[in-house]
Amino acid sequence: MAGKGGVGKTVVSAVLAKAAARLGLSTLVVEVEGKSGLATMFGQSALGYDEVVLSAGGGPGGEGEVRARTLTPDDALVDYLRDHGLSRLSSRLASSGALDVVATAAPGIKDILILGKVKQLERQGAVDLLVLDAPAAGHAVTFLQAARALLDTVSVGPINAQAKEVAAMLTDHARCRVVLVTLPEETPVNELVDTAFSLEDRVGVGLAPVVVNGIYDPVAGLGGVPAAAEAAGTTMTSDEAASLWAAAAFRQDRMRLQDEQLIRLAERLPLSQLRLPFVFRTDIGPVEVDHLADRLLAEIAALPEPV
Amino acid sequence: MAPAVSLSELLQQRRIVVCCGSGGVGKTTTAAVLALSAARVGRRAVVVTIDPAKRLADALGLDGLTGTPMRIEGDWPGELSAMMLDTKSTFDGLVVANASSAEQGQRILDNRFYKNISEALSGTQEYMAMEKLYELHQRTDFDLIVVDTPPTRHALDFIDAPRRLSRFLDHRLFRVVISPGRGMMRAVNVAAQTFLRTVAKVVGAEVIDDAVAFFQAFDGMEEGFRERAAAVAELLSDDDTAFVLVASPRRDTIEEARYFADKLAEAGIAVRALVVNRMHPRFGSGVVGRAQEQADARKGTDLGGLYQNLADFELVASREEEHLAGLADAVHPAPVVRVPFLSSDVHDLDGLSKVAEYLL
Repeated sequence: MAGKGGVGKTVVSAVLAKAAARLGLSTLVVEVEGKSGLATMFGQSALGYDEVVLSAGGGPGGEGEVRARTLTPDDALVDYLRDHGLSRLSSRLASSGALDVVATAAPGIKDILILGKVKQLERQGAVDLLVLDAPAAGHAVTFLQAARALLDTVSVGPINAQAKEVAAMLTDHARCRVVLVTLPEETPVNELVDTAFSLEDRVGVGLAPVVVNGIYDPVAGLGGVPAAAEAAGTTMTSDEAASLWAAAAFRQDRMRLQDEQLIRLAERLPLSQLRLPFVFRTDIGPVEVDHLADRLLAEIAALPEPV
Repeated sequence: MAPAVSLSELLQQRRIVVCCGSGGVGKTTTAAVLALSAARVGRRAVVVTIDPAKRLADALGLDGLTGTPMRIEGDWPGELSAMMLDTKSTFDGLVVANASSAEQGQRILDNRFYKNISEALSGTQEYMAMEKLYELHQRTDFDLIVVDTPPTRHALDFIDAPRRLSRFLDHRLFRVVISPGRGMMRAVNVAAQTFLRTVAKVVGAEVIDDAVAFFQAFDGMEEGFRERAAAVAELLSDDDTAFVLVASPRRDTIEEARYFADKLAEAGIAVRALVVNRMHPRFGSGVVGRAQEQADARKGTDLGGLYQNLADFELVASREEEHLAGLADAVHPAPVVRVPFLSSDVHDLDGLSKVAEYLL
């Protein structure tokens, strides 16, 4: 899951996981940035290195489980060294800041440690779907490109092998797809288009349909306040009419801009769009995630059949 | 605590304004607006941006530009310049300035490990933003420097960065490596040897050779870097410098801004103004319940739809104010400036002027 800061990448990760659960798939969401509003979206308090269950599976409709965890480069390094029989060194390395030195010597190593761990989780097959809430776009290209970049600098050894396996995972369209998230606004749309082409050209990943988040749903009556009042056979104070009118005009203006951006996005990027509504709240909790998951499933169902 | 002053007073009085906050909240735009506003009241202002969106960069004359301030012509009594932070060339300049000889400088610039530092070492971009700030501050042709900060994961990266970098360059591992008397071979360095061997096994020996060569070439320059880091840190806590916290009113970004404010306070730095972008506009009475009642009573009709629309906006606007309240308390007595979610996007000087109306 990749997108510019502020476009709702984490919300969409939560919604995708919930939608997958509805289809009976168990999902693990991996947060790489440490901080996360993900847990609160499922009504829970915090995430850590150990997996937690955000929503239980096995409901009457056969829902899958949604689990989540964080994964930082330091965690991934400690795991890596342990898996390679070097656990004696690992705690000292992680605590002394030496990872910074090593990461500078071989750039991309932090990214490859994380992606390597994700690959390992995928290979373990404990869940049906893994959702990686990736670093903000711009960084997303560098992040996913790390495998290729490292293959150039580090020509032998276990990191080279790791990078090869990660590159194989990323470029296998049956195993891995990148979901790009954007808002229906000019700058995020431009950034998404640039990121999409960079990812395809430079990383060779397969792109899933893009998610456009925060679209105002249409409402009835936006065309005219007096007409609506008359039709309802009611009168209202002029203040009230003015409020209704101003709110309606604002929504119409934004909806027109949003439509323009959706069209522009479609023209510039030949990928299907999954459109999610703006939630008129400032916080997303379990109720909103459920509602958005319904919408996402409906959007997916309406996609043209893949050829 | 100093009495609160308005954002426009800050722009008239201070020499440095640092815009900080998490990613995607409109920091770059806010920084550009502040510099433009300062130029409009007669100051000679420069804005240092990190990664402007293309159209904003074009508007600021930053297309394909490197690390030199470029003047933007316009109808204002002061001056407006803009520049994009070029991390690598800023770092190169710092190395050259601190090297004891041209040869030492060149040896470092040619080193592969050094090239990676400017791209891959976490905190380097933050440090160079602060370094550029320091350089501009030394010049006499700007009255006000507005800096945009990189979207960091950790609130204090850009304050910590100078110290972190000098600590990195001082890493004891490399003190051992470059100490005279073939340090690597001495028994006391067994730990360092083991470490390097392990790393070499993982990433390849040539990578380690580059690193060792870098630290050898760098020998003797740490002191200059440390002094500069201290000077930059001092400048940031100086009375001439004002921190402006930028946020947007969603709950998660407000929480991040709150964390930011707390961390700044811990570092002894006061937030001088809080700018909240993308606030939903308020329509009507602000009584949240009534519009929703009407919408429910008239569900399915056009009028019901209109009431629902009003209720939607009233609810989101009141939630935004609720979330904002705690943050406003945390930065008290700094003024809170609300910039509404505009009916169009901002990417040119006209757009910046429009935002300026709300900011000041």
